[in-house]
Amino acid sequence: MIKKLLSYVKEFKRDSIVTPVYIALEVAMEIAIPLLMGWIIDNGVEKGNMNYVLTIGAVMVIVSIFSLTFGVLAGKYAARASSGFARNLRKGMYDKIQSYSFSSIDKFSTAGLVTRLTTDVTNVQNAYQMALRMFARPPLMLISALVMSFYLNARLALIFVGAIIFLGLALYFVMTSAHPHFKNVFKKYDDLNASVQENLTGIRAVKAYVREGYETNKFYKASKSIYDNFIKAEKIIIFNSPIMQFTMNASILLLSWLGAKLIVAGSMSTGELMSFFTYTTNILMSLMMLSMVLLMTIIAKSSADRIVEVLDEKSDLSNCDKPIYEVRDGSISFSDVDFSYSKKMDNLILENINIEIKTGETVGIIGGTGSGKSTLVQLIPRLYDVTQGSIKVGGIDVRDYDIETLRNEVSMVLQKNVLFSGTIKENLRWGNKQATDEELIAACKQAHADEFIQNFPEKYDTYIEQGGTNVSGGQKQRLCIARALLKKPKILILDDSTSAVDTKTDALIRKAFKESIPDTTKLIIAQRISSVQEADKIIVLNDGKIDGIGTHEELLNSNDIYTEVYESQVKGADSDGER
Amino acid sequence: MGKGNPKGRGIENPIKVLKRLLSYVLKEYKFLFVIVVICIFISSLSNVAGTLFLRNLIDDYITPLLNKTGADFGPLLKAILTIASIYLVGVLTNYVFNRIMIVISQGSLKKIRDDMFAHMETLPISHFDTHSHGELMSLYTNDTDSLRQMISQSIPQLLASVITIVSVFFSMIFLSIPLTIVQMIAISVMFYVIKVIGGKSGMFFGLQQRDIGKLNGYVEEMMEGQKVVKVFCHEEEAKLNFDKLNERLCDSANNANKFANILMPILGNIGNITYVLISIVGAILVISGFGGFTVGALASFLQLTRSFSQTTGQASQQFNFIVMALAGADRIFKLLDEKPEVDQGYVSLVNVNENEHGELSESVERTGIWAWRHPHSDGTVTYTKLLGEVVFDDVDFGYREDKIILHNISLYAKPGQKVAFVGATGAGKTTITNLINRFYDIQDGKIRYDGININKIKKNDLRSSLGIVLQDAHLFTGTVADNIRYGKLNATDEEVIAAAKLANAHQFIKHLPNGYGTIITGDGGNLSQGQRQLLTIARAAIADPPVLILDEATSSIDTRTEAIVQEGMDRLMRGRTVFVIAHRLSTVKNSDVIMVLEQGQIIERGSHNDLIEQKGKYYQLYTGAFELS
Repeated sequence: MIKKLLSYVKEFKRDSIVTPVYIALEVAMEIAIPLLMGWIIDNGVEKGNMNYVLTIGAVMVIVSIFSLTFGVLAGKYAARASSGFARNLRKGMYDKIQSYSFSSIDKFSTAGLVTRLTTDVTNVQNAYQMALRMFARPPLMLISALVMSFYLNARLALIFVGAIIFLGLALYFVMTSAHPHFKNVFKKYDDLNASVQENLTGIRAVKAYVREGYETNKFYKASKSIYDNFIKAEKIIIFNSPIMQFTMNASILLLSWLGAKLIVAGSMSTGELMSFFTYTTNILMSLMMLSMVLLMTIIAKSSADRIVEVLDEKSDLSNCDKPIYEVRDGSISFSDVDFSYSKKMDNLILENINIEIKTGETVGIIGGTGSGKSTLVQLIPRLYDVTQGSIKVGGIDVRDYDIETLRNEVSMVLQKNVLFSGTIKENLRWGNKQATDEELIAACKQAHADEFIQNFPEKYDTYIEQGGTNVSGGQKQRLCIARALLKKPKILILDDSTSAVDTKTDALIRKAFKESIPDTTKLIIAQRISSVQEADKIIVLNDGKIDGIGTHEELLNSNDIYTEVYESQVKGADSDGER
Repeated sequence: MGKGNPKGRGIENPIKVLKRLLSYVLKEYKFLFVIVVICIFISSLSNVAGTLFLRNLIDDYITPLLNKTGADFGPLLKAILTIASIYLVGVLTNYVFNRIMIVISQGSLKKIRDDMFAHMETLPISHFDTHSHGELMSLYTNDTDSLRQMISQSIPQLLASVITIVSVFFSMIFLSIPLTIVQMIAISVMFYVIKVIGGKSGMFFGLQQRDIGKLNGYVEEMMEGQKVVKVFCHEEEAKLNFDKLNERLCDSANNANKFANILMPILGNIGNITYVLISIVGAILVISGFGGFTVGALASFLQLTRSFSQTTGQASQQFNFIVMALAGADRIFKLLDEKPEVDQGYVSLVNVNENEHGELSESVERTGIWAWRHPHSDGTVTYTKLLGEVVFDDVDFGYREDKIILHNISLYAKPGQKVAFVGATGAGKTTITNLINRFYDIQDGKIRYDGININKIKKNDLRSSLGIVLQDAHLFTGTVADNIRYGKLNATDEEVIAAAKLANAHQFIKHLPNGYGTIITGDGGNLSQGQRQLLTIARAAIADPPVLILDEATSSIDTRTEAIVQEGMDRLMRGRTVFVIAHRLSTVKNSDVIMVLEQGQIIERGSHNDLIEQKGKYYQLYTGAFELS
């Protein structure tokens, strides 16, 4: 996993390597400084040697300047390496997501992907920077301080060994026992966020049923459980600081006592003792830092896992070896198509589908929810691949086309459609980047969108808010149809795309299709019989199987489901009226 | 909407936000906080005492011993034991302060979270219309997280730093005034550096937050429309825009981190250089014997110098956390400052008994008969039976004051009548129904419910008397029974089943793996659209409201399922005043009155037959399809 992530460091490898090197140099300087400090006291101040104080002082200033330079450089490179790493990660994930097939998109939620791209990457970025700056420092600090103290006085330095073992064990114990609690906290956090999210989407239901108080109490409970778990986790973590302080103080006291004896015995100088005190801080602080890095890594690990999940997702759709770049016509043929999202034969969404559609035909598709209508049409532009059988467009298997070519010729208006923030023009040009204003207007006229666009004060330059919140459902659907028309496709698929458009406009749109794009094959999924009534062919789907194919009249005579639906919609209403 | 993303703005008055945040923390935990301050104080003092002890160690214990033979270590041992007990106190107070601090920080965070949610629930619907979910969500995640960092680490760290610096400062003065002056000069240089570099870093952190917000918004939008991107082969463009935002974020993050990273080494080495300066000046003082300044005193002073610069360095590290946390706090407070829904209603819904003369008297028990309790300014109270009569009198409405979208709406729905709204999308059908339950308040005119102006009715009582089934069937995490019970929290199991039967939902619920106990997750993802809609109908049925609003309740259900849903709905509508919005002829046709809306105005009204005869818009809307074919 770490290897996978690190492969995104790429051009920032140099910065990433340079950082710990500078850190090491900085540490070397930092180690030298206490030594120099000791010398100043011992040989300079105590002996009243002003020259010595000045000389060593000068050396120390120079060392400080070096240390500062190295520190600044390390900081600079660490920042560049980590923010560049984060950039590459984000780009890698985003590009990967762009290559996802529909089934992969279904797997991740929008909110989930957004968090992975932002919060999770930030966590990893911080951990990476921390690692670059910290992983080199504590061990170097620890080792060099130890070496220095052993060099100064090996017997006294033994105190440190004891302290390190004690503190190391204590910190290890604290960390390992706190870790599961932290994991628990993060899980509880997810739950809390889910409940907030749910409240945001369902706010109208909450308000309509006057359940604000009820929801608030529910939230309080979730919030309380986070509180409890956090306290449990932190109760353990807080031992860190006093344990650290205790170890440090104990070491200093021991050093004072034993040091005093050594000084009196003449085998050690006052300055050396002072240096020892400094090393105490250095050694124990570096242990503390290590434990901090550990904690950060633990937090970042779950983020890293989630990032890798996105990166590891395999796109199961790809171009074949010699893709075809031209679609001859808009004929479609399904032969013995079976489909299952899970690719298993025991849970088929579509079963044994055989359809022949000639180019330029209008085909209606009717069927209950879950009957597989949307799935059926999504197989045509290869949003999913068939599990068995084959689909041909223009006489050639869809898997033999270049995906982009195929999708440009098969234009689809999705059931759950989306406009993007930007002007109406910009949104329409998704269909065709080079479309002229005239072409835009023509497409909008066909989709019966021109009339309402002209009523906007800024007409085609009207800004669409994120998610298209400032246009109504019906307007959105018509804009989406216009956008799809601009592709000038050979096949146009409308997946229940006029549900929010009134019956009259719906009929006018279909009329416009008939007149202006007669050669385009049109597939229309609808709930309303009136939307498909005049189609050349109507397919009735039931439970993933074709229940009947024929014209309106044929189906009225032969198909029970179709007749039933028709009667409930049209004739049923008539008889109601006469009651 | 979406514009003026608050993430992009700096905080106008950071001090004010900080004060408010602190008052949040302090209000609840004043006593504990005082203890914390005392603990930090003692803990810092014990550290300083330790440092000062080093002077005594060298001057008073070690140096005298040097001159004697057969030295007596007794006094030294005593001194060490004394300082050990001081240290012990320090360690204990350190623990106590940390322990209390978790309670304070987690408690404050919980309080902020809870207040935020409770307040959010009181906000008017328009707030949710104008703020994206992502924006509101990040208050609970990112912003609360940054507050946690600040409350649990930055504040205590700063407190400790201040106390340490002050006590170190006084110890310094005590040791040597001339050296303190040198130290002061160094300190002012440090502060200057913090101001310049910290300010830069703070600025870039602000930029980083803004850029991350922008990236967040873009990703959210693209992910939401990812399937459309694929259908239009728009991947490359989507990448291009992303790269731009990503690059900008990388830049600001780089700068923010760079300045944050270099602050510490700069401060640390200014500290080192100060050390040298003080050594030199100190040495001069010792050698010249100025004011009896000793080597031990100098050693102690140098130790203080070190802890001084260390403390300043550590405190400066908190700078960015505080900047970020304050920005988060600012956003949280903005939410808390949003005005909740106004409710000046005083007419409430009560249970009543009715005697044979039709007179009503209030009852504390559930009687099944409800009435509006209407207190008047002269002290009298009248009761009006809850019937479900709704009157719109010349109502104007606009989401924004300056943009009226509903004009002169007048309508009269008698109890038990079915009123249908038809018209093109955007004509204002849903808006009208949202006015009845006061999701939005009208600009002009009056809406009366059982003859009472709805502004006088307590909002909660008003809404309880209205049932709504929306097109978007929203369910909550919980069991099927919980979801039905949402309409009436104290409903018995029998009532739940009865409601499900009425809504035609019982049949499918029975077949679920755990029946009524089946857990619904992720907004009912494991149920079909039709099944979810049936549950929302059951939810409305159990509430048993006299007035019902059905907003396109069946439009996303296929016609075959609709027959089942419709049956449930018909049963639910019986005996209630119903407002129905629908595209389908069959749903609308048998209404008592049909209102045809166009651009926010009622242009036709009447029964189905009347309207067909008029050959107006309604006739066009519903026959157009057949004429064309």
